[in-house]
Amino acid sequence: MSVTPDTLYDAVQAEIAKYPTRRGAMLPALHLTQEAYGWLSPEALTACSDAIGFSPAYCQAVASFYDMFFLEPVGTHVIDVCTNLACALRGAGDVLEAFEGELGVRVGGTTDDGTITLRKAECLGGCSWAPVVAVDERYRERVSPGDVAQIVGETRSAPAVRHA
Amino acid sequence: MPEWTPRLEANVLLDFEGELRDLAAYEAYGGYAQLKRARAGMDPDTLIAELGGSALRGRGGAGFPTGRKASFLAPGAERYLVVNADESEPGSCKDRELMLRTPHALLEGILIVMNVLRLTRAYVYIRGEYLTESEVLEAAIAEARAAGYVGAPGPDGYVPEITVHRGAGAYICGEETALLASLNGFRGQPSAKPPFPAVSGAFERPTLLNNVETIATIPAILRRGPEDYKALGTEQSGGTHVMSISGHILRPGNYEMPMSRTMRHLIEDLAGGVPGGRALKAVIPGGASSPILGPEALDILCAPEALAAAGSMAGSAGVMVIDDTTCIVQLALRTAAFYTHESCGKCTPCREGTRWITDTLQRIEEGIAAPAEIDLVLEICDNVEGKCLCPLGDACAMPVRSMIKRFREEFDQHVELGYCPLHETSSLSSLYPQPRSLLPLATVSPS
Repeated sequence: MSVTPDTLYDAVQAEIAKYPTRRGAMLPALHLTQEAYGWLSPEALTACSDAIGFSPAYCQAVASFYDMFFLEPVGTHVIDVCTNLACALRGAGDVLEAFEGELGVRVGGTTDDGTITLRKAECLGGCSWAPVVAVDERYRERVSPGDVAQIVGETRSAPAVRHA
Repeated sequence: MPEWTPRLEANVLLDFEGELRDLAAYEAYGGYAQLKRARAGMDPDTLIAELGGSALRGRGGAGFPTGRKASFLAPGAERYLVVNADESEPGSCKDRELMLRTPHALLEGILIVMNVLRLTRAYVYIRGEYLTESEVLEAAIAEARAAGYVGAPGPDGYVPEITVHRGAGAYICGEETALLASLNGFRGQPSAKPPFPAVSGAFERPTLLNNVETIATIPAILRRGPEDYKALGTEQSGGTHVMSISGHILRPGNYEMPMSRTMRHLIEDLAGGVPGGRALKAVIPGGASSPILGPEALDILCAPEALAAAGSMAGSAGVMVIDDTTCIVQLALRTAAFYTHESCGKCTPCREGTRWITDTLQRIEEGIAAPAEIDLVLEICDNVEGKCLCPLGDACAMPVRSMIKRFREEFDQHVELGYCPLHETSSLSSLYPQPRSLLPLATVSPS
């Protein structure tokens, strides 16, 4: 099911078929491209452009609007800590600090070994289960600073994820 | 998966324990019976009349009567249904629970609307972060396809198709014109109306756009009958709604309750009140964009018209409870910083105003602002509110203004004292460290 650079073109054509306009498949194409390449590098954007039929510049212009598309390299895992109101009221700031301490990086940074990128997220829609942390887009709920070491350990030993 | 809150009273939409994720379980519960009624030949006027009779109002935030919205859909050979599953308002997490627990209720609602109105295709625009939720929806669609509800001709040859369309992380795409721009493959920036989506929406065709909960409620309304459903609510807002409750509350979760109940019922009876023997300081009743209320909120009905009369709004029903340890300046700052981050940059009052509101609130929180800067924030709010292309600017200005008006003395204290008086206790403090010069020397690390 997971897409590779070799299968990207066909995967994008399958998405285009679901929309009355080619442009409608722009977001699905960008998701697939990121999944195939790990991030939206110039090479990846060129491949996306070939598949969808809009220029690489247009693909990048759309991608840069959204938080989930990476226009710079990221680690093989991404941890998003929600710090919006509901999570902040229940101690998300302390959770974020614990991640910074455990990983030895500041928000936005990637560990030296290139495995984990730590990001601060806006509301992830898990307010009643706050604080929420998304590890490679899978939610961990009611996270406390005491859970952080275990989450980081599990993430380090999990197989590398390409971000879709 | 999260632990779901138990059913505490007679529900309409979540009238079961746990999950009804499989098609077989949903059908055993009575699911898809209303779709069969619709497929047997229900005309648009009947559906619109039933929705009108139920007094169902849109659950995405604006609260527009659903029947009337459906009646506005312009004629055309190609018309679309778009379901707004871009749930992004801080405090609101009900659509996520609905999609995870009862995805087929959403699909049945979609298919009823499509069959009756003869729509070309339905797109569920789901926020990109909801990866698990989109997988659950895709699995449910595959089941519905195998059962012949999707992708196969009905008795009269009509073939409905549903596509799950993942967003990619942008709060503004919950606003309808921005959502449609994003679905159409552009940057997700809003545009001025008209044209309204009912005339020119998805792919520049007439489009009906509804929230997840709104659509998922339709089968239940048809099953119970519109009068029965309406009777659970108020005259203007029929039925029940799913309220998300979070913050300083004993049992946070999503609770379905009749529109005719008070905030006290939700906060105290269902969710167990403020924990730790602490006092209730404030309530944000309808997501981060709604003006803040004090403890008097407890006696207000949760229906949209009642919260509007109290100077706030029901919004997307995301209730955040705030106890007396919390610094309201930090709360205002966190709120404003969110909208600053999410401002799309298209119109000037929002792009510039939200940033200046945040920067000035940051100075107040740090205790370095001049006294006049509190009124400056209010003045910037005036220059944002009602002057933007879409509601995002208002969503920043309204809560910030309400926090300053209601808790003015706290803002004044920050300026007079030169530091945050609640920094020791407030749960937001770790996000907003005080300037190093104010800390006792022993705690300042040499770095």
